[in-house]
Amino acid sequence: MFNIERWQEIFEAISKNKLRTFLTGVSVASGIFILVILLGAGKGIQNGIQNQFAQDATNRISIWPGNTSKEYKGLGIGRETKLKNRDYEIVTQKFEDYIDNKSAIYSVWSGNIVFGKETGTYRVEGVNPNYQFIENASIVEGRFINLSDIENYEKAAVIGKKVATDLFKEKNKPLGQSINISGMMYKVVGVFTDPGGEREEQRVFIPLSTAQKAYSAGDNIRSMAFTMPKETNFNKAVAESKKFTEELGKVLKKRHMIAPDDESALFINNSLEEAKKIYQMTDIIQAFFWFVGILTIIAGVVGVGNIMLIVVKERTKEIGIRKALGASPASIIAMILQESIFITLISGFMGLILGLLVWAGIGPSVESDFFSHPEVDFNIALTTVILLTVAGAFAGFIPAYKAAKIKPIVALRDE
Amino acid sequence: MIEIKDLHKSYKTGKSELHVLKGINFSVKEGELVAIMGSSGSGKSTLLNILGILDEADSGTYVLDGVPIKNLNETLASQYRNKFLGFVFQSFNLINYKSALDNVALPLYYQGIKSKERNEIAMSYLKKVGLETHSHHLPNELSGGQKQRVAIARAMASHPKVLLADEPTGALDTKTSYEVMELIQGINDEGKTILIVTHEPDIAAMCKRNVILRDGLIVEDKYITQQRVTANV
Ligand SMILES: Nc1ncnc2c1ncn2[C@@H]1O[C@H](COP(=O)(O)OP(=O)(O)OP(=O)(O)O)[C@@H](O)[C@H]1O
Ligand SMILES: [Mg+2]
Repeated sequence: MFNIERWQEIFEAISKNKLRTFLTGVSVASGIFILVILLGAGKGIQNGIQNQFAQDATNRISIWPGNTSKEYKGLGIGRETKLKNRDYEIVTQKFEDYIDNKSAIYSVWSGNIVFGKETGTYRVEGVNPNYQFIENASIVEGRFINLSDIENYEKAAVIGKKVATDLFKEKNKPLGQSINISGMMYKVVGVFTDPGGEREEQRVFIPLSTAQKAYSAGDNIRSMAFTMPKETNFNKAVAESKKFTEELGKVLKKRHMIAPDDESALFINNSLEEAKKIYQMTDIIQAFFWFVGILTIIAGVVGVGNIMLIVVKERTKEIGIRKALGASPASIIAMILQESIFITLISGFMGLILGLLVWAGIGPSVESDFFSHPEVDFNIALTTVILLTVAGAFAGFIPAYKAAKIKPIVALRDE
Repeated sequence: MIEIKDLHKSYKTGKSELHVLKGINFSVKEGELVAIMGSSGSGKSTLLNILGILDEADSGTYVLDGVPIKNLNETLASQYRNKFLGFVFQSFNLINYKSALDNVALPLYYQGIKSKERNEIAMSYLKKVGLETHSHHLPNELSGGQKQRVAIARAMASHPKVLLADEPTGALDTKTSYEVMELIQGINDEGKTILIVTHEPDIAAMCKRNVILRDGLIVEDKYITQQRVTANV
């Protein structure tokens, strides 16, 4: 393998047979190139989709009340479940370990909002400061509801971008303006945007405490929402959230005298279960790209094998001459294999680097909501190059072996 | 140098079998210059290929320089070809992507000689055939006669004991043929054993011994007075 003389002989054959070298090289390089592009695209789509769902707080758990549909401990059906501040306190204390962000919510579906001559009906939600992260809302200007708003029953409002454009048009800056919500004046302290789009941006957040007072709700709450700490292992995350929701259901049902199997008195929604389907979809996409990639590689191996067959066929006469001059069968095999391995390896690397360069070059410009960071695992690509080289060598070995075996007189007769 | 006894060879094509060599008895001493003649299809090339270990006989014995040539594997056969034999073909059989020099150096590569020494030796043989100025030409940049001279230089470069030439002048005109024969006579003068297959009586006359094949048998074998090429031109 490290015989300089032999390498010289091979380099001579390679450099003097440019077309042959070029054709072998191009087929290998393009195979690897396509694979790298495919893997990159697969990864990009996967990242894109996962980002989408990361934006929507995939691990959100919501609880809202309903009416009982089963008798329990002598209590009739059709009772309304009433969630209170106390429920929220107990739950957040008891499940502290499960919970990352938390908020109780008192919302009004249609709150009438007036600013000057402009008026509109929007959903008004009394929430806790953490709610921003549960919604995954981002602040455009100003701030979100904070703890002192809650403690001081501040009449502060954080409005959605849509609400801001509706009420203030282009003319006025929303921050610091006073708006009338259901007959009471609030100061706009922030404007938010939501990845959910316009529909989600037609909302106004006010402090929970203020909302309860303004709408005379006492200590009633309409719902609770939580997120759970991020898990790196998705299946574990699903299992954890399932456990959490079950426990949560048990505790609340017991407190409100609800039959354990009553499905309509309390609703608990676990968004992670939904997300699981999405993740499975990205897995399928990923698997598809792998499948296509592997087919490409198989095609590449077959291609290299074919080229080796042709190369050996083309060189039959040369092989005959070499054997007449004293070349042993082993040296013929070594010559052909070494040449093929060398070309496959070099061109494989070129295809690899070209593919990586393409992604490095166009990656940032194709970045979008559903496509992000199309990186390729270098090790996987490298393994593929080596695999292709080995496969090419095997594919080349059979014709090389046959060529080395044929009698020189037969080889010499070849035209 | 060469000793063959009762050599038989037949080719199978499909169902029919063609008996080409039907018991050849023949020996060549060192320093001989033998012309093998005969009509087309009489088995001249077949005989020469067997002598050159490019092909195998079906039966009979062949001893080359005291070494019995029998049931050799390819590796050993290639060693013997490299050590004992030099070939010159009608169609030259140069490697078309290698320069004249590299073609001549190729048998030395298979002897394991390093490239510097290889090129020196190859150059000296090119000089001998008068082509030192063409050492870097590719075969297709050479005339037929020049190609055959390169082929002769290549056959000589590995210091073979026997030079085998199958119609070396078959593709050349008379003048070039004589130039090639002059070269062969010169090499023979230095003591090399040479066997030439030829159709042409004037070429045969330039050898020292003429063997005539017919239907797979030697029908005539005589020593002649060699005609020198220099006297002819
Ligand atoms: N590989 C082969 N398979 C079958 N038959 C063959 C083969 N090689 C040669 N023959 C036959 O053997 C016979 C002798 O062939 P050979 O090449 O030895 O003749 P030759 O005397 O060299 O003829 P020429 O002067 O035309 O070169 C011919 O009839 C030829 O058709
Ligand atoms: Mg012949």
